[in-house]
Amino acid sequence: MDNAVGEPQTLLLLGGTSDIGLAIVRELLSPAARTVVLACRNVESGEASAAGLRHSGLTVDVVHFDGSRPDTHEKFVADVAERHGDIDVAIVAFAQLGEGEATSRSVAEAAALTNLNFTGAVSSTIAVANRLRQQGHGSIVVLSSVAGERVRPANAVYGASKAGFDGFAQGLGDELAGEGIHVMVVRPGFVHSAMTEGMKPAPFATTPDKVALVTAKGLRQRRRIVWAPPILRVVFSVLRHVPGPVWRRLPLG
Amino acid sequence: MPPQRRPLTGWGLTSPTVADLVEVPNHEVPAALKEVGQRGALVRGLGRSYGDAAQNAGGLVLRLLGAAHQSVIDPDRGTVTVPAGVSIDDLLRVIVPRGYFVPVSPGTRFVTIGGAIASDIHGKNHHGEGSFGNHVESITMLLADGSHVVVGPVERPELFWATVGGMGLTGVILDATVRLIPIETSRMSVDTTRIPDLDTLLATMTEGDQNYRYSVAWIDPQAKGRSLGRSVLSRGDHARLEQLCPKDAIGPLVYNAKQMVTMPPLLLPNGVINHGTVAAFNELWYRKAPRHREGELQSIAAFFHPLDMVGRWNRIYGTRGMLQYQIVVPFGAEDTLRTVVERFSASGSASFLAVLKRFGPASLAPLSFPTPGWTLTMDVPAGTAGLGDLLHSLDRLVLDAGGRHYLAKDAVTTPDAVRRGYPRLAEWKAIRDSVDPTGMWQSDLSRRLGLTD
Repeated sequence: MDNAVGEPQTLLLLGGTSDIGLAIVRELLSPAARTVVLACRNVESGEASAAGLRHSGLTVDVVHFDGSRPDTHEKFVADVAERHGDIDVAIVAFAQLGEGEATSRSVAEAAALTNLNFTGAVSSTIAVANRLRQQGHGSIVVLSSVAGERVRPANAVYGASKAGFDGFAQGLGDELAGEGIHVMVVRPGFVHSAMTEGMKPAPFATTPDKVALVTAKGLRQRRRIVWAPPILRVVFSVLRHVPGPVWRRLPLG
Repeated sequence: MPPQRRPLTGWGLTSPTVADLVEVPNHEVPAALKEVGQRGALVRGLGRSYGDAAQNAGGLVLRLLGAAHQSVIDPDRGTVTVPAGVSIDDLLRVIVPRGYFVPVSPGTRFVTIGGAIASDIHGKNHHGEGSFGNHVESITMLLADGSHVVVGPVERPELFWATVGGMGLTGVILDATVRLIPIETSRMSVDTTRIPDLDTLLATMTEGDQNYRYSVAWIDPQAKGRSLGRSVLSRGDHARLEQLCPKDAIGPLVYNAKQMVTMPPLLLPNGVINHGTVAAFNELWYRKAPRHREGELQSIAAFFHPLDMVGRWNRIYGTRGMLQYQIVVPFGAEDTLRTVVERFSASGSASFLAVLKRFGPASLAPLSFPTPGWTLTMDVPAGTAGLGDLLHSLDRLVLDAGGRHYLAKDAVTTPDAVRRGYPRLAEWKAIRDSVDPTGMWQSDLSRRLGLTD
């Protein structure tokens, strides 16, 4: 159960090695926290993340989870609930960036990316939402991206999958608004993390810790959408309307 | 009426969760409980506990219907038998005109008799007369197995004392027989004193409280430095007939408590209630109090339930809601008490209300809050920056000093803090488990604090 100052007791991170996801978990930890579940495809790297979180009084459980296998997601969530009880905050943070323009990748690779970033993200979020609805409370943090706000040629498949997931999450949040369940979309810009290592930072680049601060504040205020950094909301309300020929030439990294 | 799924919060308006709410008269409770699923069931009174004690996320929540006119007064024994869903407000309207008062009155009359027992509430007379459970002769309960039992200090005392202060987790309280106190008039005779600082306050209360049936101090939560703990001490008793002026003596037991205004449902924008506006309010409150005045006649409502004059006053703190931090520290731990007041005052939080009271001996109930010592109550807007860290650090100080938290108010603390603060928790759990082996009775509070784990 969340307490009155919004401190959760049980956290579930889907994408248990995600830099941003782990930063959000660290930000949400308080003396009230009891359990963190890290859901990872690779349990060994998950254990490395867990080692950084563990302290006395906090249980960190690393569980195998494959975002690209929607058929396993319901059972996965049921197992987590069976072992740890109510889930107070679930963070859906798994995704792959992929490389290069849409036409430069193999068709199979593009399909796999979409399956993970969109199909798997949607199915695991629904599985979590069903559990939260049954328990009558809880929050879902959905990691979207500004890349989905207006899709760029440089990462069209990634951007489109985030655009789709972002839209789904907003619809889900509205559906669940009367059920005591809070769905919040987080739209970070360029984040210095393992996912973007070696890439040229875009303007308004930020860090996982800063994204985590914005996320924690948004959760306390029960916001629907937060941007990290918040200025990107203004930037993208302009960029959304830039004519195509100009948009294509903008140096956005 | 079928259950309605709806969001519920405590009086602090924090941490909403959704439950299936159903209103039933006592005789329909067994039928309503047939709906119970994995998330269990809980009885909710008037929702005046500040935190999550009267919530049951995803489960069933029962509101017991009951009318004060169903209560039966036994004039020979000075007792009343009353359905658990009846409020103290309604009960007072029946018993005051007949020359009786409730043995313990909390700061609001909008609590039910069932809630008063489940939270083992206390009032301004705790130093002399103890908590509500001390005045209960018997309770009729419905247990998880569907059986009805009558429990009391003599009959099944273990279950009785586990139910007193048991936060509704031992079974459904259907009705209770409570010893009343006789009164000659519906007025209070009150002495009021303005006190310049905390040390003087503690000394004055220690010396003089035993001369009064009721005693409580309002502390200015914003006062700092030399004025830290400046306060208005108000103490008194029920006025006797000869104290009334001839006009009032015609109808000495007239009782007509009213709400003057109700806060509108549109919440104030967050930030209207800030440190500045609240400090001004508290300054005014302190200045308007008399330096010293004796024998002033006040109404029951003005003395016991001043906040009830504004309906839904909890809305004043805005959408983020508020919490009420109430702790007790033993006599001798005055330094801890001072530190807690200091830290609140230094935090710059916009607290309207801080109240200090001396507790007398504890009751036999394992989860009853009051233990001999000082109890401090502070209202805080839940959106105050850094509040979680502040409260967790105060928790450690309070627990190290041998203190504890009031479960009916708590909205922030941890299972560990409850284990430390309530050394008889395991004993209570054992009794609870014996009457509810499958975990039928659950609440958000019990889940958050691991009370039924």
